[in-house]
Amino acid sequence: MLENLFVGIADWLRSLLGGLGTPGEINEAIVMLAKLVAILVFILVNALWLVYMERKVAAYMQARIGPNRVGPKGLLQTTADIGKLISKEIVIPKKADVVVFLLAPVLIFVPTLMVFAVIPFGKNMAAIDMNIGVFYLLAIASLSTLFFWMGGWASNSKYSLIGSMRVVAQMVSYELPLVLGLLGVVMIVGSLKMSDIIAAQEHTWFIFTQPIAFLIYFIAAVAETNRTPFDLVEGESEIIAGPYTEYGGMAFAMFFLAEYANIMVICAMATIMFLGGWHAPFGLDFIPSWVWFFLKMYILIFIVMQFRWTYPRIRVDQLMGFGWKVLVPLALANIFITGIGMKIYQAIGW
Amino acid sequence: MKEQLAPVDEMKQKFSYIEFDEQKTVNVPADKLLEFMQAMKDEYALDFLTNLTAVDYPEENKLQVVYNLNSIEKGYTLMVKTDVDREHPEVPSVFPVWGGANWQEREVYDLLGIVFTGHPNLKRILLDDKFEGHPLRKDFRWEGGRE
Amino acid sequence: MLRTQEYFLNFGPQHPSTHGVFQIILTLDGERIVKAEPVCGYLHRGIEKLAESRTYTQVIPYTDRMDYLAAMLQNLGYVQAVEKMMGIEVPERAEYLRVISGELSRLTSHVLATGVYALDIGGFTGFLLCFREREKMMDLLEELTGSRMTLSYARIGGVADDAPEGWLDKLDKLMDEMPGYIEEYNGLITGNEIFQARTKFVGQLKPETAVNYSLSGPVLRASGVNYDLRKAKPYGIYDRFDFEVPLGENGDCFDRFYCRVLEMEQSVKIIKQAIEQIKEVDGPVMAKVPKVLKPPKGEVYHEIETSKGIIGYYVVSDGSNKPYRVHVRRPSFINLGYLDEMLKGYLIADVVAILGSIDIVLGEVDC
Repeated sequence: MLENLFVGIADWLRSLLGGLGTPGEINEAIVMLAKLVAILVFILVNALWLVYMERKVAAYMQARIGPNRVGPKGLLQTTADIGKLISKEIVIPKKADVVVFLLAPVLIFVPTLMVFAVIPFGKNMAAIDMNIGVFYLLAIASLSTLFFWMGGWASNSKYSLIGSMRVVAQMVSYELPLVLGLLGVVMIVGSLKMSDIIAAQEHTWFIFTQPIAFLIYFIAAVAETNRTPFDLVEGESEIIAGPYTEYGGMAFAMFFLAEYANIMVICAMATIMFLGGWHAPFGLDFIPSWVWFFLKMYILIFIVMQFRWTYPRIRVDQLMGFGWKVLVPLALANIFITGIGMKIYQAIGW
Repeated sequence: MKEQLAPVDEMKQKFSYIEFDEQKTVNVPADKLLEFMQAMKDEYALDFLTNLTAVDYPEENKLQVVYNLNSIEKGYTLMVKTDVDREHPEVPSVFPVWGGANWQEREVYDLLGIVFTGHPNLKRILLDDKFEGHPLRKDFRWEGGRE
Repeated sequence: MLRTQEYFLNFGPQHPSTHGVFQIILTLDGERIVKAEPVCGYLHRGIEKLAESRTYTQVIPYTDRMDYLAAMLQNLGYVQAVEKMMGIEVPERAEYLRVISGELSRLTSHVLATGVYALDIGGFTGFLLCFREREKMMDLLEELTGSRMTLSYARIGGVADDAPEGWLDKLDKLMDEMPGYIEEYNGLITGNEIFQARTKFVGQLKPETAVNYSLSGPVLRASGVNYDLRKAKPYGIYDRFDFEVPLGENGDCFDRFYCRVLEMEQSVKIIKQAIEQIKEVDGPVMAKVPKVLKPPKGEVYHEIETSKGIIGYYVVSDGSNKPYRVHVRRPSFINLGYLDEMLKGYLIADVVAILGSIDIVLGEVDC
């Protein structure tokens, strides 16, 4: 029953539309639109919830209480914050490139939202199951670099500029180990389709067969989302807030929420690629598949938050050195070993 | 605990131009200052310029620059003074001897208007560059109200 | 052909990691520093000038406002200078209370420096963990002096009041817990691989340079120069305590940071001994001093070791009830004197690391 809750809703919508006598193609388009809107709402609500979760995790780690005034247990704190930010004036610096300056926070959400279209949240629960799903996701996700750069450049402030230079350097150089890390999995499965990758993990998750790839992916992904210890982009003790320095009000909130949406993307991706997606471990099938998916995703998010509140920030040259001298060679070695391993397996005929 | 003082009597024999009082505070003429200070650092191991300041004495028409030297190795201290004319206050900078004089001399220049000749970057340090006058002089009067 | 251009960056006066309103005008080549010009004075209040129109006792609260993080040590320097000038003997018990409150002040300052340095490097949790213990010490200081930061506890001739009943036991208990907390800081901050990578061999200072530039406090000792006035020229009753002077080896940011952590342990040790010894000392906490203080004509220079370095008070008296001139040798101010040279060739992130490791208080820098 619960297992098919969302699939059931979609089927019900489809049959409802079928009864109206409209052409099939239009019906499909409406169903697709409904799915995307549902994902959009889900992401935004989830991002709000993640901000709250981060604050509570931080408070717990720092011997504090955290938000506890607005709503029960402070649950409405971020909602109130967003309300405040919406009502604030967006200050535009005098010499800013106004069009680009205002476009950047709007566009920052676009790649994140597009990525979610291919993520399978449960059994048969991907909005679109593309046959190049992994490739699509990586291609779109790396677009967000551009919008950070846009914001930093258009602000016409030196701190913003330094921040956006760092964004480009960091995201471009960590894109590589990220992709190379995932390549090992793709090689084993032999498909870029998300559902194939998940199906291949029915018995053994790839975290056990590709542990190095998982580590490389996870580290690179944390860097990709600009989270501590790779938060040089914001680096509030060095360059104030990097590309967001000149943004205020809702424009800032957009960047802020996009960060959390990005964390969801990378953790969802890690779940799909390495933690068996929506597959239930130990045959605990009675719990719905989408619950498993979110559980795994949230555990990873929790780990990312733990990182943030434990580690200090790495320096820019160390960041580059670590990316190019450690992660990339390691990822290449992993691919090499995986390839040899696969050949040996084939030769033995397992 | 009694503080150890540098062997002033011995110095007097070496440098005839210095004078000292019962507190063993040495008074050096401004033109001999740099030479004397260099000797203090090299021969008496007074390697730590701990304090550099000045006092305004309008009645005697002089500004007195005060140097406090410590020896890390020997543990003794020495206070050196030099008097300068109020109208044309010029003292050689001891920056070549102790780098620590850099900011301290700028501060004295800023607040008392003593020019340290040979200082590499003698600018105001605490007050605004456009500020007029030197507040720690006794005849300074502020007439701008609250800023 | 690619052509690069140097540019200016105003690092401050409004910047999260200048610890106040300090400005460094950086000339940058990419992220690398070509030239750095520190600018201070944004918080200049003219304390030295103000002191000339106050009586000797009224100057004490002004000293609080300089290094407000270790106010007791500031009070102590001034008060001891005036006592030296007037030849006042301070009662035993007051001396012990001065040591206890002074070392507690040093602890609060060092705990804060440790936490803030973690924040400068980017670790927020270390910052708040340090505040947790600082809060406990502040509560104790408040109970003793009535104020959390601007203590004004020392008086010319003694201290304001005796410790309240049971206060020493509470302090003793906290000092018993302190080594555990310091261990926690070491676990979270000092031992962290990234923290060490960020701070080791960054901003190295040679011992000769440190001495030549009159640097003092942990900045000097991290370079391996054993110069702590509590040992070199023991003032008050410091010769009665058994403690060590922690020294660094490389003179880098990490050593400067770690010197403070080690000094915390020594401060705890001193306080423990002082609590032990004060139990046998009874009596007044104020010497008999005249109501109107008129030191004889003359001058005095007295220096003590604060948490930031050597603070020296040069007081000139003309025989009236107001000082003729008060000059303060402020350790934070003089420790910054070599900053411009130290920063050259490092990255923007290192500016924060180096500035933070010097541990300045702008109230003291700008006086």
